[in-house]
Amino acid sequence: MELLTINNVWMMICTALVFFMHLGFGFLEIGLTRQKNTINILFKNIFIITIGLLLYCLVGFNLMYPGFAEGSSGLFGFAGFGLDSPLTAEGGLDLAYSEGYTYWTDFLFQGMFAATAATIVSGAVAERVKIGPFMVFVILYVGLIYPIAGSWKWGGGFLQMRETPFYDFAGSTLVHSVGGWAALVAVWLLGSRIGKFKDGKPQAIPGHNIPLATAGVLILWLGWFGFNGGSVLSADPGLTSLTLVTTCLAAAAGGVIAFVVSTLLYKNFDLTMFLNGILGGLVGITAGADQMSPTDAIIIGGIAGAIIVFAVSLIDRLKLDDPVGAIAVHLVCGIWGTLAVGIFGALASGEQFISQLIGVASYAAICISSTFIILFILKKTVGIRVSEKEELEGLDIHEHGMDAYPDFRLNEH
Amino acid sequence: MKKIEAIIRKSKFSAVKEALHEAGVNFFSYWDVTGQGHEKEGHVYRGITYSTTDIQRRYLEIVVNDDFESATIKAILNSAATGEVGDGKIFVSDVNKAYRIRTGENGGDTLN
Repeated sequence: MELLTINNVWMMICTALVFFMHLGFGFLEIGLTRQKNTINILFKNIFIITIGLLLYCLVGFNLMYPGFAEGSSGLFGFAGFGLDSPLTAEGGLDLAYSEGYTYWTDFLFQGMFAATAATIVSGAVAERVKIGPFMVFVILYVGLIYPIAGSWKWGGGFLQMRETPFYDFAGSTLVHSVGGWAALVAVWLLGSRIGKFKDGKPQAIPGHNIPLATAGVLILWLGWFGFNGGSVLSADPGLTSLTLVTTCLAAAAGGVIAFVVSTLLYKNFDLTMFLNGILGGLVGITAGADQMSPTDAIIIGGIAGAIIVFAVSLIDRLKLDDPVGAIAVHLVCGIWGTLAVGIFGALASGEQFISQLIGVASYAAICISSTFIILFILKKTVGIRVSEKEELEGLDIHEHGMDAYPDFRLNEH
Repeated sequence: MKKIEAIIRKSKFSAVKEALHEAGVNFFSYWDVTGQGHEKEGHVYRGITYSTTDIQRRYLEIVVNDDFESATIKAILNSAATGEVGDGKIFVSDVNKAYRIRTGENGGDTLN
C-alpha cells in the first residue's frame, strides 16, 4: 500500500510534466513561425489538448488497452465507451489494478500522451492549414488512429505478442513517429507556404520569436522527465533515475552535435538547429531510455543530432515545407531511436533489430494510409488550405479576427 | 534656417548624439526606419542562406539656424562614418518658418 502510494505520486507528477509539454510545443511552434499566425497555432494546440482528453476518455483508453484475448489477432479491440474503474467487493477503487498506479492515474497519464501525436502535426502544417478540416483530422487521428495503433504494442497487441516483442519504451514510434508520419503526409497534401520555394530553391522564412522557441524546447525537455520517467510505470528507484540520466544525456548530445554539424556546414551558430538537435536527441532516446547505458545514450542522442541537420535540409530539398522541423525531429529521429534499440543497450540483437523494423513498418502503414485517406477526402470536399489572401494577410485576422500582439507591432512579414 | 536629415547606423546613434551636443545642437527628433540600399545583410536560417537588402537605420531630423549648418554636418560626418558601405546619407534643405507652440513666436530664436 505504501509502495503503491509512492509509485502513484510519481506517476501523477509525471502526468503533470507531460501535460506541461503542451506548453513547450505551443511556444516552439509559435516561435518558429510568423507572428500573423500565432493565434491560429495556439488555438489548434489548445483544441488538441482539450478534445484529445475528452476523446481519450470516451473511446481512446479502451481502444488502446482493450485487453486482447488469448489467440486474438492483436490488431483491434475495444473495451467499451467511457471510463469504468475496477472495483473491490466492497465497492471501493480496486487498488490491485497495478503496483505502479491507480486506474485513474493510468487513464490520465496515457491521455496526456495521446494529444501529443496530433500536436506534432500542428507544427508541420502551420501557417496555411484550414482550421475546421484540421480539427476533423485531429478528432479522427487522436480519437481512433493513435489508440488503435498504440494497442498493437502497449495494449498487448500483435507487436507485443511476437517472440521477440517490438520494443518502444516511451514512444519514439508510438507517439513521435505516429505524429511524424501524419505530419509528412499532411505537409505533402497541403503544399508549401507561399514564398517557401522560389524557382525551386528553398527560401528562409524566419520564425518571429526565437526566445519563445527556446523556452519551448527547455519546457519540452523538462516535460520529458515525465514522458520517459513516467514510462517506467512505477517509481522504481533504479529504473527511473537511469531513465532520467539517459534522457538528459541524449538531449545534451543531440544539441551539441546538431550545433557542431550545422556550424561546420553553414558557417553560423544557428540556435534553431541547436534546439531541434536537443529534441532529436530526446525523441531518439525515448524508445530505449530504460535499456541504455549513459554511453549508449550519448551515442544515440549524438547521432540523432547529426540526423536532424541533414534531415531538415533533405526535407527542404524534397520541396516539403515543415516550418518547425517536426518531420526531422519526430519522424526521422523517432525511426532512428526505435531501430537503435536493436543496436545498442541491453536488448541489442539481430532478432530485436528485425522486430524494431517490423514495428516501424507497421506504424508507417497505418499512419500513412489513415492520414492520406482522411486528409485526401477533406481536401477533395471542403479543402484543407486557406485562401491565398488569407495566407498572405495572416490566419489570425481571417480565421480568428484577432491579433496576437495588438499593441506591439514592430514588423509585418 | 536649414533642415538637416540624416540616415545613420543605429550603432552610431550615441556617438552622433554626443557629437551634436558638442556642436551645440541640443534639439532634434529621430525615429527608426527600414530602407533599401547597397549593403546586403547576410543571414542563415535553418541551413538556408539568404540576404536581405531591407536595412534597419535611424533617421534624424534636425532644424538649425544657418550659422550652425556646417558644424552640424561636420559633427554627423565625423561621428557616423565607419568607412563601410551603408554609413548613410545627409540631406539639407531650407526651412521657411518655425513657430514655438507655447508662446506663438516665430523665427530663428525658436530653435534654441
